[in-house]
Amino acid sequence: MADRKPAWAADEIMTVVAARHLRDGMSCFVGIGIPSTVANLARNTHAPNLFLIYEAGPLGAKPYRLPLSIGDGELATTADSVVSVPEVFNYWLQGGHIDVGYLSAAQIDRFGNLNTTVIGPDYHDPKVRLPGAGGAPEIAAHCREVTVIMRHTRRAFVPRVDFVTSIGLGPEPGIRSRFGFRGAGPINVITDLGVLKPDPLDNELTLVATHPGVEVQDVLDQTEWPLRVASSLEATEPPASEELAVLRDLKSRS
Amino acid sequence: MAEHLGLSEAVSRYVQDGDTVALEGFTHLIPFAAGHEIIRQQKRDLTVSRMTPDLIYDQLIGAGCVRKLLFSWGGNPGVGSLYRFRDAVENGWPVPLELEEHSHAGLTNRYVAGASGMPFTVMKGYLGTSLGEIAPHVRFLDCPFTGKPVAAVRALNPDTGILHAQRADRAGNVQVWGISGVFREVVMASRQVIVTVEEVVDVLDRRPGDFVMPSMAITAVCESPEGARPSYVQDYYERDNDWYRKWPEVSRERDAFLAWLDESVMGA
Repeated sequence: MADRKPAWAADEIMTVVAARHLRDGMSCFVGIGIPSTVANLARNTHAPNLFLIYEAGPLGAKPYRLPLSIGDGELATTADSVVSVPEVFNYWLQGGHIDVGYLSAAQIDRFGNLNTTVIGPDYHDPKVRLPGAGGAPEIAAHCREVTVIMRHTRRAFVPRVDFVTSIGLGPEPGIRSRFGFRGAGPINVITDLGVLKPDPLDNELTLVATHPGVEVQDVLDQTEWPLRVASSLEATEPPASEELAVLRDLKSRS
Repeated sequence: MAEHLGLSEAVSRYVQDGDTVALEGFTHLIPFAAGHEIIRQQKRDLTVSRMTPDLIYDQLIGAGCVRKLLFSWGGNPGVGSLYRFRDAVENGWPVPLELEEHSHAGLTNRYVAGASGMPFTVMKGYLGTSLGEIAPHVRFLDCPFTGKPVAAVRALNPDTGILHAQRADRAGNVQVWGISGVFREVVMASRQVIVTVEEVVDVLDRRPGDFVMPSMAITAVCESPEGARPSYVQDYYERDNDWYRKWPEVSRERDAFLAWLDESVMGA
């Protein structure tokens, strides 16, 4: 790492970079935590017409404060509509109406499979019991595209996840179309070190950008498999002062 | 037709040891008062179903009421772990806890199938996941029309569904608005239904986005003001986020949890 301490925290650079990927007018399936911060940062900067869907049922939510939980009253009272949970999952997600979904996980592997269930080889005797699936498998399967946001560590970036909670892009090629999933899967993985995208040839996650102050070696050191690096590696534009100001204001309200 | 009953009478009549019970409510309208009544009556060997176990099932599990948990996301939202849930899974305290794990869509569709009177329903989730391999009530089929793979999930028909709502009228019609989660599915899938309400009124004046569950779909209505605290009831009270943040401190250690249980539930 560079010696100079950056002017932003790890979560802030992930949030800012992820928010830049959202285009105005997109429909966005929002989970709690960083995904919700990302979506509301974008809505308060370059994408005021983002259509936010929370899994508890609010459609077109416009929260002023960031919610602590997925079904907070603020989401329902600011929404265009509130629908039931079967409608959210069966009609809106499985029906194919959502452009982008955000996911995080305890583990991700080289093909973007995600684990939020158990750490360890034995499901029935896990080393760590995680919260479980929630809405993640459907987000991974059905959104037109998925962005994964997570801290980049060797424990998290593993060759093969212990448990596939949510499906990625392989290792078998064509796995998504075989199951009839219309979504493209995890096409962006945004970490506190850089950005990974699947290689168009075989879908293996490949480093395509590093954030300011991060060396390629830093990223390789924090990845448990031999990470591919794109020949034309990009440098992430540093967070603008406006992006950080809006983000911090949003956090301070919540 | 729904009968107006006291909560203690309703739980005593409609929740028996060994039953399958669903106390639902997605963040909003979680029936805590009914959960506490189940704890006070020391019901045992229950199979309990809920998408997000939340604090309510952490309490039921820690109090020893639960033998088996059906769930799809087992955390304290925005805060962290559910320690009584984890202690039961990892150490079998106070009694071993069997898990049946789903995705939100999977458990939702089990209720949908149950409400529809079908043996199962189909969905596209679970395909290609480890979850599809370990979840006991999931099977994979080929669509009879296209030949494409689909996942079948088995119907879930709880013995008793327990829900909280804003209001009921004297005839036992129940009015709900705001986030409704799987309210209607649990009412229609369950053999018996207890609904606790903030208030009983003469006339249900309608609200934007509300719905009314007719009395004939409900077994018992119990007036239970503030019966969803520390969750929230839209237009009645807000979610007590501070209490959700404090829950780890109360529940991480067995002794502290038991002291809280004695004072706040058993002694209430």
